[in-house]
Amino acid sequence: MKAFQSEDPLLQVRNVTRYYGDRIGCANVSFDLWPGEVLAIVGESGSGKTTLLNCLSTRLAPTAGAIEYRMRDGAMRNLYQLSEAERRLLMRTDWGFVHQNAADGLRMNVSAGANVGERLMAVGERHYGNIRATADDWLGRVEIESDRIDDDPRSFSGGMRQRLQIARNLVTQPRLVFMDEPTGGLDVSVQARLLDLLRRLVADLGLSVVIVTHDLAVARLLSHRIMVMRHGNVIETGLTDQVLDDPREPYSQLLVSSILQV
Amino acid sequence: MTGTAQLQTYDFAGGEYNFAYLDEQTKRMIRRAILKGIAIPGYQVPFASREMPMPYGWGTGGVQVTASILGKDDCLKMIDQGSDDTTNAVSLRGFFEKTAGVRTTYETSEATIVQTRHRIPEKPLREDQIIVFQVPIPEPLRFLEPRETETRKMHALEDYGLMHVKLYEDIAKNGHIATTYAYPVKVNGRYVMDPSPTPKFDNPKIDRMAALQLYGAGREKRIYAIPPYTDVKSLDFEDYPFEVQKFDMPCGLCGAENVYLDEVILDDKGGRMFVCSDSDYCEERRAEGHTGPMAADPAAVHIGGGKQEETDR
Amino acid sequence: MYVAVKGGETAIRNAHKLLAKRRRGDTSVPALTLEQIAEQLSHSVARVMGEGSLYDETLAALAIKQARGDLIEAAFLMRAYRTTLPRFGYSEPVDTAAMLVERRISATYKDLPGGQVLGPTFDYSHRLLDFALAAEDGDAVPAAETAPVEDVGMPRVTDLLGDEGLIEPSSTDSGDAPVGDLTREPLSFPADRDLRLQNLARGDEGFLLALAYSTQRGYGRTHPFAGEIRYGEVEVEFFAEELGFAVTLGTIKVTECQMVNQFAGSAKAPPAFTRGYGLVFGQVERKAMSMAMVDRSLRWQELGEEPVAPAQDIEFVLSHSDNIQATGFVEHLKLPHYVDFQAELDLVRRMRDEWFEKRRQENGSGNTQEAAE
Repeated sequence: MKAFQSEDPLLQVRNVTRYYGDRIGCANVSFDLWPGEVLAIVGESGSGKTTLLNCLSTRLAPTAGAIEYRMRDGAMRNLYQLSEAERRLLMRTDWGFVHQNAADGLRMNVSAGANVGERLMAVGERHYGNIRATADDWLGRVEIESDRIDDDPRSFSGGMRQRLQIARNLVTQPRLVFMDEPTGGLDVSVQARLLDLLRRLVADLGLSVVIVTHDLAVARLLSHRIMVMRHGNVIETGLTDQVLDDPREPYSQLLVSSILQV
Repeated sequence: MTGTAQLQTYDFAGGEYNFAYLDEQTKRMIRRAILKGIAIPGYQVPFASREMPMPYGWGTGGVQVTASILGKDDCLKMIDQGSDDTTNAVSLRGFFEKTAGVRTTYETSEATIVQTRHRIPEKPLREDQIIVFQVPIPEPLRFLEPRETETRKMHALEDYGLMHVKLYEDIAKNGHIATTYAYPVKVNGRYVMDPSPTPKFDNPKIDRMAALQLYGAGREKRIYAIPPYTDVKSLDFEDYPFEVQKFDMPCGLCGAENVYLDEVILDDKGGRMFVCSDSDYCEERRAEGHTGPMAADPAAVHIGGGKQEETDR
Repeated sequence: MYVAVKGGETAIRNAHKLLAKRRRGDTSVPALTLEQIAEQLSHSVARVMGEGSLYDETLAALAIKQARGDLIEAAFLMRAYRTTLPRFGYSEPVDTAAMLVERRISATYKDLPGGQVLGPTFDYSHRLLDFALAAEDGDAVPAAETAPVEDVGMPRVTDLLGDEGLIEPSSTDSGDAPVGDLTREPLSFPADRDLRLQNLARGDEGFLLALAYSTQRGYGRTHPFAGEIRYGEVEVEFFAEELGFAVTLGTIKVTECQMVNQFAGSAKAPPAFTRGYGLVFGQVERKAMSMAMVDRSLRWQELGEEPVAPAQDIEFVLSHSDNIQATGFVEHLKLPHYVDFQAELDLVRRMRDEWFEKRRQENGSGNTQEAAE
């Protein structure tokens, strides 16, 4: 695994807590994410991992705690003190969000080319030929044939939709990508291909990634570090190999052994 | 509590309306909205649109704007589809003749206020004129995003990427931008605006126009404005620049070129001719002695007709 | 032949003359009087007053007569007239608990203080055409025996529930909060309940009925019970600054419907019955009930429910409930659109040419390929 690229963290999370009424979504989560690092958040459904991901990506305001992000100018900013305009700019340039269901992250009624080109147009690109060439290049990088560029994603298979969603997110060279079960709902063979592609892109682009998954095999293949969550709390954190090969917490042991038995 | 309803008695013979129908209080409210619109070119100002005695969608926004700026000395020109004597133009002109008693005209140069639906006169407007547009759907983003809450946010944040997605799709699917009317523009480098359903042929006219442009949408309760000499740019791509449609032939009646033409079906065997959509412009040219290729055709005599009807005017 | 270019003014004038003639119909048949309309078509009058947003039976009768019985057109006439009226101020809230009740029913209690008062209703009638009515000469109306209404007051059912704390309070604010008025300020979203209720009260009966019905069929169920429907006269009071107290301006007839809805509680609110409220001019029960059901559906956010159905979508419901707006915009398609259509004609011709050209080229290249093979 490649060494982290910087001394300074990209994302600093301190005591993030989110309640739903009087029920805990996630509680007191703190960690740093470094440039080029892939962090997997694992746990069963209901463990709070998706709540945490939504808090991190400003899609759900935490009840308490602070999340700071290093902007492109190097300054750390509290995400929940950004203006709506700054937040939107961040989300369409410096960040990506890959949904489990590709339809949530794509415009299903516009062409693949426009799906990839949208972010470029949103930040002011006004040359049709350049937009199209960039979109074509990105479709190639996610292994979608050039002649599909004018088709809309409704005609795409599940795996293709997911790859298109990834291209749509990466076209502006983001530094941080959030992924919510990106391989969920896909056939095993399709999953393998997608994971392989993701691993390559993440390494090539030096992306920082926070990925939520219940599938420890995905975590092992993609991530440098793992956070195990249960009942809204982080119960174990460590390097991926270490947590998966030698889990300390009984719950982590159970989680790992259940996977290994399958 | 039964028994016959005690109907209120009215003196139905009376009934006076205020000058230009609206009460002065309402006019002031609308003028405030207009001033705000002028101060923020292209921004849609919400206003408390009144119920008017014509249906929503039939020019209530334009009528309220006109009523609010109209003075006794004004001279009003009312056009619909470029023409002074289409049915709704006749109806709305009659409304102001009845309620305001102002002078009306067919001649563009004579008018101080021109209220229009779907066209801009061919003859350039002057600084001492105001053009009032009737607007059905003021929101240029409406068909990309149906929610008002979201579109207002998009305007506030200048989040207009979606607009270009639509243009991109046009080019990808058709080889060119397929929007022909209500073609979106950017006003003064800031707000994306719908110039109302005028053909895009008229878009160059609203760029740096000498006259003040006011847009009124009654049903949607919005007013917006473009002050004189404001930059108005039609959205496009660098390599697919905005262009207007061109007609292959001149006006059949007056021979004018580079004007917007209506296609008139002459018979059921494919016979047709093209004539100026701006009827006043066409008549003026013919009065000056210009003739088009079909001016001598019997059909043209019928279409061109005589001068405007004088009855009851 | 092409006839639309000239003659607009004459054509319009003649069309309106013809309309006036058709409206009057056969002159050997006596003309309708406003009294006849107000007395004998009272449901129509009530609907026109409600959707026209102006309580005046005479004008509503006139509007119905002028509109040839087209109730949306009549409501439109009322609205246009209403615009021109000076606005002196806002009345005090009407007190429906003090209503002079002509009808009052509750579906949630068998009996209750004040009793069930059936009053004039189509309910439980057999919908058989009454041929005797066709020959009615005007005087022979059977006398109805009405039991004297007990003078014990008629507390609202929701107040009875409220005393036990089983239903949410009718409003969380003190009652002094300013109430919005969408005829004076443009509607903006998100819209609070005051504006929503005003919008629904002016809204189209058919639209609200269909929405309410959709919630019963599973598009956003709210489990309603008709807690109470009451119809009768209420006093309208106006606070006169000069006098320092409220004076009665007169009485109006209204129908009030309070729906009581089952509610299991959520993260935000404990389990309790919740309310949907409807109030309309005249005896228009169908609309009062529909309004109450839609009002309840639109409250999903404050009650922590999931928005899943059209009847819960505030922007959708409020933007499309007004039939004056709707009919205007739908019917404006009758206006000439030939300038825009010309632009589209031109485009379609061009695109068709391009399409055929492309096909021709493809076929051409296909042929050469075959030849090469």
